[in-house]
Amino acid sequence: MATTSQWNKTLAKKGWYKRNEIAVTPWLFLVPGLIMFAIYVVFPIFQSFRISLFKWDGLGPLATHGEYIGMANYEKLLTRDRSFNISLWNNLKWLIFYLASIPAGLFIALFLNQTVRGIRLYKSLFFFPFVISQIVVGLVFTWFYDPQFGLFNGIIGFVGFEPINVLGDPTLSTYGVIAAGLWPQTAYCMILYLTGLNSVDPEQIEAARLDGAKGIRMLWHVILPQLRPATFIAFVVTVIGSLRSFDLISIMTNGGPFGSSRVLSFYMFEKSLSEYGFKMGYGAAIAVILFLIMMVFIGYFLWRMYQDEKAEN
Amino acid sequence: MFPKPIEKSSRAWQLGYQALLPIVMLLWLAPLLAVALFSIRPDSDFLVGNYWGWPSSFEMIKNYSMVFGSAMPRYIMNSFLITIPTVIGAVALSCMTGFALGVYKFRGNLLIFFMFIAGNFVPFQILMVPVRDLTLDMGLYNTKTGLVLFHIAFQTGFCTLFMRNFIKALPYELIEAARVEGIAEWRIFWYVVLPLMKPAIAALSVLIFTFIWNDYFWAIVLTQGENAQPVTAGITSFNAQFRAMYHLMSAGSIIAALPPVLMFFLMQKHFIAGLTLGAVK
Repeated sequence: MATTSQWNKTLAKKGWYKRNEIAVTPWLFLVPGLIMFAIYVVFPIFQSFRISLFKWDGLGPLATHGEYIGMANYEKLLTRDRSFNISLWNNLKWLIFYLASIPAGLFIALFLNQTVRGIRLYKSLFFFPFVISQIVVGLVFTWFYDPQFGLFNGIIGFVGFEPINVLGDPTLSTYGVIAAGLWPQTAYCMILYLTGLNSVDPEQIEAARLDGAKGIRMLWHVILPQLRPATFIAFVVTVIGSLRSFDLISIMTNGGPFGSSRVLSFYMFEKSLSEYGFKMGYGAAIAVILFLIMMVFIGYFLWRMYQDEKAEN
Repeated sequence: MFPKPIEKSSRAWQLGYQALLPIVMLLWLAPLLAVALFSIRPDSDFLVGNYWGWPSSFEMIKNYSMVFGSAMPRYIMNSFLITIPTVIGAVALSCMTGFALGVYKFRGNLLIFFMFIAGNFVPFQILMVPVRDLTLDMGLYNTKTGLVLFHIAFQTGFCTLFMRNFIKALPYELIEAARVEGIAEWRIFWYVVLPLMKPAIAALSVLIFTFIWNDYFWAIVLTQGENAQPVTAGITSFNAQFRAMYHLMSAGSIIAALPPVLMFFLMQKHFIAGLTLGAVK
């Protein structure tokens, strides 16, 4: 008994902080990060929602220079804006075709998953495109497609086709840019799968081999289920990457020809910050729609992660 | 191991595989090799249409010194001055947030964690107008500081995800043992947890370096002109200046791409650990 009261006394002497140390410390550690994140990420999301209800050129404060117009921006976007439609469709094309980088990455990973001499160097060289900036990738591919001297036309000319100006053709330009994007993205998926293949259980493979499984059947029934975490991450980064595409479009086509290769992220930038005028309210409305589309995927990812967390605890 | 190790197949297969590797790699890197080839050609080659033949002379030194005589070194310097403080800031902040979220159980822990993750995935455009306004209001538009502050804040999302998962995987008994000894919580962070985080810090630093070096969108939203713009944005004005001079544009691109490439090759182990450790558990 005496010891408890003594214990309490020393605790009381230690002061408020010492007594609440375990409860207070995490918040002290969180504060700097939370403040920065709130100022630059969380609040701006809400501000964008608000701005999207205004007609505003961004040159003066929103309160005095903006004109409140309710849902008018959205109404115009969804009913009368052809460019918005094209951008949305292109986003869909990006989303679908970009996913090709997942099987492509798996394929290269399987090809490289050997232990011959120099394989480490080969793996890094295959990963190379992911490390260089999309700006350089964009430039490289612009030249690759060049109708005059591009390697691409050199190759199809060799096979006997007429030269094509991929980026100058409204029906092809988006696909040309997506193909350029697939290059680094495939490299990314490849490295995820290479790491995944490292941790595949060798005993299960041996057991399956004894059962006579090999090739595609082995891949499908034994390997792929074990690669599920890698596939999930590859899916996350590819979907997010496809909806974020901006740099390549900006460098390779600048949205053209005739706006045919715009996506929402690029169209938003064009509306709010380019020579076409500072339509910040309208731009914010485009951003909100893109945000809502992405939230569907983000919600799904978070839900999956939440399931994992629950399973762990 | 899957697929079947090549050593277990016939000699012919092995040789075939060894021969195939460099060919496939050359095809994979062909667009890049083409640019490297362009960057050592003289400009006369482009005038006479000798794009793919043997270069009439090798002008590597001349072309690259032309690039270094332009505004390019300025842009490269800016890139370093933006990237390095961002790496330090984001890693420091996320060591702390990761520690808080990975070690302590409190209400709202998971909610805050998920907020960081969600924030890391949002499209840049939803932040663009308000962040640009905020930067203008603070008088930091067209400064490296303005760009650095934003990058630190945004990268904290991804870094927190990474650090929290790393710390959560550390043996919790270490922390409990320290507590029994009566060591203050901040000392546990500094003397117990932080030393164990070295691999995570290395991996994250390399990764963030590459991400920030390669950023283009925020560079054109928050800066203009050569006193603050990083090389990704600078290369477009460089290219406008040397329009159609492909040998110089190629050399410029290669120089702009070099630092993250070097970083990757020097710190490869950390880089790949970074890409996968935060993600694949």
